Order: sequence, then structure tokens, then C-alpha cells
Amino acid sequence: MSNLLVLPILIPLCTAVVLIFLKEKLLLQRLISVVSAVLNVIVAVILVQRIHVEGIQTLQMGGWMPPYGIVFVGDMLAALLVLTTSVVGLAILLYSFRSIGEERERFYYYTFFHFLLVGVYGSFLTGDIFNLFVFFEVMLIASYALISIGGTKLQLRETSKYLLINIVSSTLFVAAVAYLYAAVGTLNMAHLSQRVADAGQDGVLNVIAVLFLIVFALKAGLLLFFWLPGSYSAPPPAVRALFGALLTKVGLYAIIRTFTLIFVNDPGFTHTWIAWMAGATMILGGLGAVAYNDIPRIFNYNVIISVGFVAFGIASATPDSLDGAVFYLLHDMLAKGLMFILGGIIITAAGTDQLKAMGGLIKRYPLLGWMFFALALTLVGIPPFSGFAGKVLIIRGGLESGMLTLSLIGLGSSFLVLYSLIKMFRLAFWGNEPEREYPKVHLRGVTVLAAGLLALVICMGVGAEQVYSYVSQAGEVLVSPALYIEAVMKE
Amino acid sequence: MELIMAVAVGILFTVGVYLILSKSLLRIVLGTSLLTHGVHLLLLTMAGLKTGAAPVLGGQAEAYVDPLPQALILTSIVISFGVTAFFFVLAYRAYQTLGTDEMDSLKGEEQ
Repeated sequence: MSNLLVLPILIPLCTAVVLIFLKEKLLLQRLISVVSAVLNVIVAVILVQRIHVEGIQTLQMGGWMPPYGIVFVGDMLAALLVLTTSVVGLAILLYSFRSIGEERERFYYYTFFHFLLVGVYGSFLTGDIFNLFVFFEVMLIASYALISIGGTKLQLRETSKYLLINIVSSTLFVAAVAYLYAAVGTLNMAHLSQRVADAGQDGVLNVIAVLFLIVFALKAGLLLFFWLPGSYSAPPPAVRALFGALLTKVGLYAIIRTFTLIFVNDPGFTHTWIAWMAGATMILGGLGAVAYNDIPRIFNYNVIISVGFVAFGIASATPDSLDGAVFYLLHDMLAKGLMFILGGIIITAAGTDQLKAMGGLIKRYPLLGWMFFALALTLVGIPPFSGFAGKVLIIRGGLESGMLTLSLIGLGSSFLVLYSLIKMFRLAFWGNEPEREYPKVHLRGVTVLAAGLLALVICMGVGAEQVYSYVSQAGEVLVSPALYIEAVMKE
Repeated sequence: MELIMAVAVGILFTVGVYLILSKSLLRIVLGTSLLTHGVHLLLLTMAGLKTGAAPVLGGQAEAYVDPLPQALILTSIVISFGVTAFFFVLAYRAYQTLGTDEMDSLKGEEQ
């Protein structure tokens, strides 16, 4: 037992509190934010290494034995997600310096940024279902602030919708926890897993499982994504990157956790639901991605497609597909972070987010253009890049478990992703420049930043073998929940 | 007793959902607070309404009521309190800036 596990939560929490007192000192705010974000990356690397060597880490808060106290559990999946979050968080923080503007920075932007990270890290590391709810709320309340900060008309309008949908889903979350507590009488996830298995997951527990699925699907944008395209178009690019890369992935992580640890005894019922939701998500997301001509919406529907794809990996629940889901999740956080940052740079360079009003950007910004092209190949899953390994594993797992239709939908959705991004590349970078003048802006700093992130994505693709040794360790725990239960309930 | 509470929770949910589906933003905020009331009562009910002393150890009672759901409800109450306060202020700002509280006129694509 060591306190290492709580550091990823403690560092951004303390940073956020300190930043409240430094409202007017922008340089100091930025400095402290960067130091904190770098520290978080270092802590996450140490955590991943320790779990790689010593196995699952647990930490009982206040020394109370589980299931009586709150326990923090760091298995490989959680640690890898913490690491990826901290890397993406650092990149988006650096991008915020250039793009967010002093007005917003003065109104506690970095404080909310770090509170959002607290919620995300906490959701990944907690081993208690009600504590998960609380960390969800920490994350969501920070996101309400980030989505509305600045107070433009569009933001006010979209925030009221985003707020409403999340209040309803949080209410359902509490109701689901209440039902689960009444049915099995515990809140600790490992203990829940034992009790649900003992009770033999009958009708009542299946209903509760579906209620949890609805709650997390609302958060993750799995089929119930009607709120996502509008809401994620409202905030400035840096915030959009933060949301697109992190928020939906927390919902996905919650689905992975609940349906590989707690509700595993009747997959014929629960996993079929997930499978069809995943299929419908990929189709509808794909249609949305090809339908629009403005950058934020194309990106948002791409986020939805990848959510469907990971959910497909969860639904087939073979060792391969679960490994693939983890790999794809990690790749997708990095790649979607990069996608939104590049999109933000393109919008700044062109002075508009409508593709019809762009053209010929490749002559002015060749590096940016080819980076976007490389990103498109990554997201589709062309072999040397990082999207490939995860997709192959998920499709292979899908075929193994006999889900031919869904595998075809998954492959088909890749074509729609390719089409939507290449359309964007063609309209924005090829062709002739439009009549109006492009704004004169300095983009060297942010382009270098994006190049760094792209290098990381490529490294992840080229070094898939090394990454896979970590991913398969995460997959092991997902396949056999007994490992998780043993680690938590050992004493 | 649980049955009566279940019916009460059901009514709160029904009214909450009805209000959320209405057109004025203010009625929607009221709907969400009724919904959270319902869910807090549900949490209390689902943990059992057996008679017992209040969960304070000085009472020397034979049995106590379950203290855990009370702690959960307390947590959930303050969270929903914070969120509702934010929602009200947001509705106020939206009314000032957009000049309407009709959800119908918050549609569309324009900036």
C-alpha cells in the first residue's frame, strides 16, 4: 500500500485551489499550471511502471478495510488512462496559452481546467460506485463552467441544454445506485461484483445493469448522443479538445468497468444491448460526419463514431476485443486531442469554421496540411499509425464472437471517417484561395506543439508491440474480474 | 410504508419529467429540482424504512436505521444544490443576453 495512487488527484486539486488566489497574475498561473501538469505526467509514468512490475495497487482511504471504506484501485487500465489523460491534458494546456485569450484566463480558466482533471483522474482510479458519481459531478461541474465561460450567445444557449441533459443523467445515476444498494447492499465495486455473482444476476439486477448502461451511455454519447454535436460546438477550441478527448472517454471507461467487473454474469442479455447500441452509434455518427460542412460538427461526429467502435469491442467481450478496446481508447484520446487542436489551428488560420469558405491553405501552411493528412490516416487506422492495432484487435474479437454484421459496420464506419476527413482536407487545403483575405496569425508555436503530439501518436503506432505488453496486462483484469476482487479484498 | 413512499417518488418523477418537457426554462429548472427530490427520497426508501433509533450512538438503542444512505443523500443534496444554483444563474444570464426564456427560440444554427 502506498499513497502514490492518490497523487494524480491531489496534484491538480491543490493546483486548482492555489490558482484561485492568483486571479490577476496570469504568468504565474500559467507557470504553476505547466509545472503541475508535468508533475502529473511523471507521477502517471511511475504509477504505470509500478503496476507493470508489482500488479494492481490499492489504497484504503483512512485505513478502513474494504468494503467499509472508500478504496482507490489502480489497475493497468486505470493507470494507462491516467497517463494518457495527463499527456493530452498537458498538450491542451499548452495550446490554451496561445488560444484561450486573456479575458477567459482572468476568469479562473486554469482553475476549472485542473478541477476537470481532478474529476477525470478520480473517476479512473476510484473503486467505489458512489465515489464514482461524486467524481463524475466534479468533472461535470467543471465542464459546465468551461463550456459557459466567456458567455457568448451560442455558449449560453448550448450550456442550458448540456446542463439539463447531465442533471437528468446524474439523477438517473443516483437512482441506479439506490436500486443497486437495495438489491445487494454494498457500494464497493469489488464487493458488488461478488454479491451480484452470488445473487446470480436475475431479472432485477439485469434491469439495474441496463439503467447503468443508459446513464453511462448518456455521458459517453453511445446512441444517446443527441446533445453532443451541439454542445461540443459551442466552447472555444481548447475546451472543445478537452471535452472531445476526455469527457466521453470517462463514460466509456465506466461502461467498461461496470460490464467487465460487476454485471458479467448474463452477457447474452446486457452485452447484446451494448452491441446494438454500438452498431447504431457507428452508423448514425458516420452519417453525421459526412453530412456537415463545418469543422466542429465533423469532429464531433467523429468522436461519436469512435465511442461506438470502443463499445463494440466491449460488447464482443473476447480477450482480443477487450485488449483492442483498451488500445483503441488510448489511441483515440491522443488522436482526438490532436484532431481538435489541429482543427482549432485551421480555424484560426482560415478565420472561419465553414469548409466552403476555405481553400488553398496548403500553400501557406504546408506542414499543417500534411500533419492533418497524417492524422486522418491515423484515425482511419492505416497500418504504420496508432489506430491500426486497436481496430484489428476489435474486429478480430468481433469475428471470433460471431458478430459479422457489427464487424462490417465497424469497417464501414472507417470509410466514413476517411471520407469525412479527406473531404475536409480537400476543401480546406487544396483548391484556390477564396476571395476574402486570410487573417495574418502566428501559428509556429502551436504547430510545433501539434507536431509533438503527432510524433507521440506515430510512436504509439510504430511501437505497438511495446505498448501492447502494457495493454494486455490491462486486458487480463478485464477478462477475469477475480484478479481485481482479490487485489481489493485481500485482507 | 415503502409502498406509499414508492408512489410518492413516482409522482415526483412524473411531475419532474412533465415540467422538464415544457417550454419555459424556469419550469425546466423546477422540474430538475423535483426530479432530484424524488431521487433522494428513493435513496432513503430503497435502503429500508425499518424503525430504529436515529444513527447517533448516544441513544443506547437496540437497533439503528441505516446511516449509509443518509450520508449518500447528504452528499447528493449539496451537489444538486450547487448545480441548481448554477442553472438558475445561467437561466438568468440567458434571459438577459438572449431576451427570452422559451426553449423554442433557443434553436437554430446561427451564432
